[in-house]
Amino acid sequence: MEKKENRFLVLAKRMSRNTNAMIGLTIFVVLVLSIIIVPLVSPYDYSKMDVTALHQAPSAAHWFGTDDLGRDIFTRVFYGGRYSLSISIAAVAFSTVIGLFLGATAGYFGGTYDTLVMRSLDIIQAIPSILLTIIISAALGVGIDKTIIAISIGTIPSNVRLLRGTVMQTRENQYLEAAEAIGCSTPRRILKYVIPNSWSPLIVSATMGIAKMILELAALSYIGLGVPASIPEWGSMLSNARGFLRDYPYMLIFPGIFIALSVLSLNMIGDGLRDALDPKLKD
Amino acid sequence: MALLEVKNLKKYFYGPKGAVHAVDDVTMSIDAGQTMGVVGESGCGKSTLGRTIIHLQKATGGQVLFNGKDITNPTKEELKRLRSDIQIIFQDPYSSLNPRMTVEDTIREPLLISGRCNKSNVDAETERLMDMVGIARRIKMSYPHELDGGRRQRVGIARALALNPKFIVCDEPVSALDVSIQAQILNLLMDLQEDQGLAYMFITHNMSVVRHISHNISVMYLGQLVETSPTKELFEEPLHPYTKALLSAIPSTDILHPRKRIVLNGEITSPIDPPPGCRFADRCAYATEACRQPQKLEEVKPGHFVACCRLGEIHDEI
Repeated sequence: MEKKENRFLVLAKRMSRNTNAMIGLTIFVVLVLSIIIVPLVSPYDYSKMDVTALHQAPSAAHWFGTDDLGRDIFTRVFYGGRYSLSISIAAVAFSTVIGLFLGATAGYFGGTYDTLVMRSLDIIQAIPSILLTIIISAALGVGIDKTIIAISIGTIPSNVRLLRGTVMQTRENQYLEAAEAIGCSTPRRILKYVIPNSWSPLIVSATMGIAKMILELAALSYIGLGVPASIPEWGSMLSNARGFLRDYPYMLIFPGIFIALSVLSLNMIGDGLRDALDPKLKD
Repeated sequence: MALLEVKNLKKYFYGPKGAVHAVDDVTMSIDAGQTMGVVGESGCGKSTLGRTIIHLQKATGGQVLFNGKDITNPTKEELKRLRSDIQIIFQDPYSSLNPRMTVEDTIREPLLISGRCNKSNVDAETERLMDMVGIARRIKMSYPHELDGGRRQRVGIARALALNPKFIVCDEPVSALDVSIQAQILNLLMDLQEDQGLAYMFITHNMSVVRHISHNISVMYLGQLVETSPTKELFEEPLHPYTKALLSAIPSTDILHPRKRIVLNGEITSPIDPPPGCRFADRCAYATEACRQPQKLEEVKPGHFVACCRLGEIHDEI
């Protein structure tokens, strides 16, 4: 519809006026494009070992150097980024959607349902998150889809709590009574009135959450669970590099820079998005 | 026949300390095209009464009749019809509009939900409503925070009118506005009443506003209705001791004949599980043992009802 486009344009216009958000967006887009393109054009294969070129420092042939098995780190970083980013984003999306549903309904309806949801989440939160991730991952086995579930479950309780809190505040507004008086159904009230007025903190937390997911993923890869060991995911590259930190720091620095860059750019986008979503800010 | 009849309506809120009797045994009737003013101090249950009538809250007991039909416990179908017949305008124009919806969206919402309009004619109807309540068409893409209180309240009124209601509960619609805007909104409400034959239940604690707009006035004290009367008669000859005290609190503009203030002593009785009888008895100068018995609302003159057993005896004392 014409109007939806308008609203999207307004959002885009507001975003474009925010310098930080645009810098973040630029970094992220460049990152994503290079993750797609670099492995395709690189002369090296991400898994090809070269015993004649172990632990090479960065050079014209190997821009980021080579690792302990002689693999080209430049190629591995970009290839691994495909997995690190998509798994983290999928995990955050999964956890956010569940958080949206449970948080909005628990905050809106309250009562026994709320108690039931929140106490169940307390059980999840009572287990240290890394332990929970390991247990679930071990129970489900190796695989990308299973890893997504394993690392996201631990973050669901905080998402639910975050949204539930703001929903309980939003619920007190008279516009909800007004909506009821004009015959607006409960699902529509939650979707159109409660969630849009409550979810800003959740959006910001979701962008920050991607950073957390990248680290969780790394921890899981380090102990041999999660994604198959053959995938050069950033976290597993970091873990692998830890043994050579003193002598070959670039093995750790390059994946580290990419984690930092993606986290930073996502945070900048998230901040910009939050501001752009807030109608109280002037056009 | 009255458009809206309320019979022995009760609304209790059950809490850990007991039941709060927010509305207790309220009976009144409102005719088509008339305005019933409901006055009383804060916390006396006037807003709860309005909310219970339009079914935003479920009644604990009693009956609400609309056009002679019982609407106290409506079915889904009946509720849908009820939503277009009875509407509400809220006190706070700042929290009664969804900040994420433009003026246009807010007014379209009831039109589309009820099925009164489809996508092809909703824009025309939205503009008609905006014209009717006096909002310039150029602000239809504005968000509520960009508008002042008066305009916001007009949007709220347009939303309520969208479903073509016959009866509107106005829950202190002007008390959050400044005085010049108050007059504009009151005049708008009165014009709309004249044009469309609307009936209002006008909840307020502002005596001069209620005098200006109401045909009849009901006075509430702690959930109970103490007096109902045509406006003129109530101001000229209040009968219930509470009404007298309430009216004596209006500042007089006549220097030569200053009004005698009736100063009430004591605290408001707790509304949690109150004893039977007149709730005002603890603060009333005329209270006797008889006041501890449940009071009946009796018609002393045509259209003038009072719930006070001491009426005959105290009539001439003031």
